[in-house]
Amino acid sequence: MIRHTTVSASRILTLIGVTLAAALMAGCERPPVVAKQIGYRGTGMEQVSNPRLLEASASLHVAPTSLPPAEVAADSRKASEVYKNVKVLGDLSTAEFTRTMVAITAWVSPQEGCTYCHNPRNLADDSKYQKVVARRMIQMTQSLNADWKPHVGETGVTCYTCHGGNPLPVPVWAKPADRKYTANSVMGDLAGQNQPAQSVAYSSLPFDPFSPYLLEAKPIRVQGNEALKFTGAAANNKSTKQAEHTYGLMMHMSQSLGVNCTYCHNTRAFQSWEESTPQRTTAWHGIRMARDINSSYIEPLAATFPLNPIRHGPQGDPFKVNCGTCHKGVNKPLNGAKMAKDYPGLTASASVVIAALPVPAPEAPAAPATLAAEVKPK
Amino acid sequence: MAQFQPLFSIENQNLFTEVQPVGPLHGGPALPRGDWRRSGKPFLWHLLGRIGNAQIGPIYLGGLGVASLLFGTLAFNIIGFNMLASVDWSPLQLIRQLFWLALEPPPPAFGLSIPPLAQGGWWLMVGFLLTTSIILWWVRTYKRARALGMGTHVAWAFAAAIWLYLVCGFFRPIMMGSWSEAVPFGIFPHLDWVSAISLRYGNLFYNPFHALSIVFLYGSVLLFAMHGATILAVSRFGGEREIEQIVDRGTASERAALFWRWTMGFNASMESIHRWAWWFAVLCPLVGGIGILLTGPVVDNWYLWSMKHGVVPSYPAVYPLSIDPALLGAKP
Repeated sequence: MIRHTTVSASRILTLIGVTLAAALMAGCERPPVVAKQIGYRGTGMEQVSNPRLLEASASLHVAPTSLPPAEVAADSRKASEVYKNVKVLGDLSTAEFTRTMVAITAWVSPQEGCTYCHNPRNLADDSKYQKVVARRMIQMTQSLNADWKPHVGETGVTCYTCHGGNPLPVPVWAKPADRKYTANSVMGDLAGQNQPAQSVAYSSLPFDPFSPYLLEAKPIRVQGNEALKFTGAAANNKSTKQAEHTYGLMMHMSQSLGVNCTYCHNTRAFQSWEESTPQRTTAWHGIRMARDINSSYIEPLAATFPLNPIRHGPQGDPFKVNCGTCHKGVNKPLNGAKMAKDYPGLTASASVVIAALPVPAPEAPAAPATLAAEVKPK
Repeated sequence: MAQFQPLFSIENQNLFTEVQPVGPLHGGPALPRGDWRRSGKPFLWHLLGRIGNAQIGPIYLGGLGVASLLFGTLAFNIIGFNMLASVDWSPLQLIRQLFWLALEPPPPAFGLSIPPLAQGGWWLMVGFLLTTSIILWWVRTYKRARALGMGTHVAWAFAAAIWLYLVCGFFRPIMMGSWSEAVPFGIFPHLDWVSAISLRYGNLFYNPFHALSIVFLYGSVLLFAMHGATILAVSRFGGEREIEQIVDRGTASERAALFWRWTMGFNASMESIHRWAWWFAVLCPLVGGIGILLTGPVVDNWYLWSMKHGVVPSYPAVYPLSIDPALLGAKP
């Protein structure tokens, strides 16, 4: 009897041990892990990746084959001369216009087809919200390819870069929900952080790093360029709290691009441009590009988006883009496939259309723009 | 006898307690007038005897101990209930998200003023309660040592840790003019604060006081390992009776000293090794606290400070030079 008891006790202990070990290891990533040196030896500049995980998500990053080029038709009239109510892409030939429409259908609404945007009885009809949004999104794509070359380069973007075959791109973001009971409670202030949030790679950092930086233009930089504390005009008044917000945004970027901090920064001196990789410049423009997309194109469409299907977040703002919407976990969306060059309607060649676009609003002046709750009283 | 045992048998290494001396339970010497009584009837606990003394209790709580526990419990509960409120009063979510939850200091806008309860007021209150509790406990360790006719080394070592706690949560925020600079009460959140303050102030690894603090931290570990190992290694000669060996140096002490003199040319003495340990441990938070106190009030960017003073090397450039796009008047 005694022996029997001892055995069960040790079994229970083993079970507890295994359970604890499993719980501790649950957050770990299963190997293999590949580290690649990308900088001077001894500086820790390296990129860590897991080929097994990359393999598992590889299908997300395959560009669809481009449609065959449009035939040069005898009819040389432009699309706008043939069809009614063509406000974008009107400069294209009729054949190229139709080809672009077919491509967009495959990129955005392969299940729903043309009628996702169009009234089948009258294609010129603007009654479907999808058509109004799509028109604005085409203008946006043209602008991105023409004006945001510092970020999209000659690769450019198409509808597929974000949509990936879905009417609603994945991932998107909206302002997070308030808590159920305690939004106005005297206890339990979240201070916008301290919850396991996917948006900041499950850290306890501020869980909405998007509103201040990818919609508004709050200052991201918290480090100063002077060794000692200065007062007056040279003072760097950024708080440690602001550093947490910036840190949150950077966690999002790292996660969205599947890269480490060292992809852009030498982590011994995050602020130093001299020690940064060229990718940091690209990323700098990327932040501003995402901000431009959200503030100039998506927010103004807020009233256009319907309540059903759901196109708004819990606070009623429309779903917006972040770095992950295009990148989807890789540093080059669609692994750098150059899709845009095959669709002249979406690139700078449609310059006539672009000239008519409203100019994106300039960035708000940096000086007074600290996070609303974080302005230090003088 | 001991010399003839096989050298590598595990029993021979004296790594685990094998013999528990069990004597009559002892209530301790009589207490002076004015002291409280000790509480709890002493008893033996075999499992604890395997890592320490098997006799548990009695404990002397005293007025200071009771007051300290009272303040500490109050602080602990305010933190806990704020965490519970932050997950909409769900006990399950409290457990699930515990490591992420926190009681945050007030946002920067409040500076050093007293904020509303919901926005850092609880934090300020907990700061007061917890600090009071810790200081009362400190006085207790001081007074108990005095009551036993001991030196107050333990109290002063504890004070070194309290110094760092106060620097992070009280002195530095006051010098910065904002409670928001203080540490949140939470597990991951306080770690994120550590990262954030390093990021904000240009990398704490370039703070020489931080470096010194790490020296004393790792140094403490090294000394602890060296001393523990040395004493265990000579325990077969009675080396664990350190006090006897200090007063009347025996073969254990001689061998231990000789071992280090042979391997590295120098040895601490049976009593000085404890001064090494005490100073290393005490200096770790002491210099660390100085480093934190300079971070913000004096130095804004430790990396630039270190470069300016030639503390660290620069490395050959391997990337094409990047120029801050904001300086180039790039499109916003």
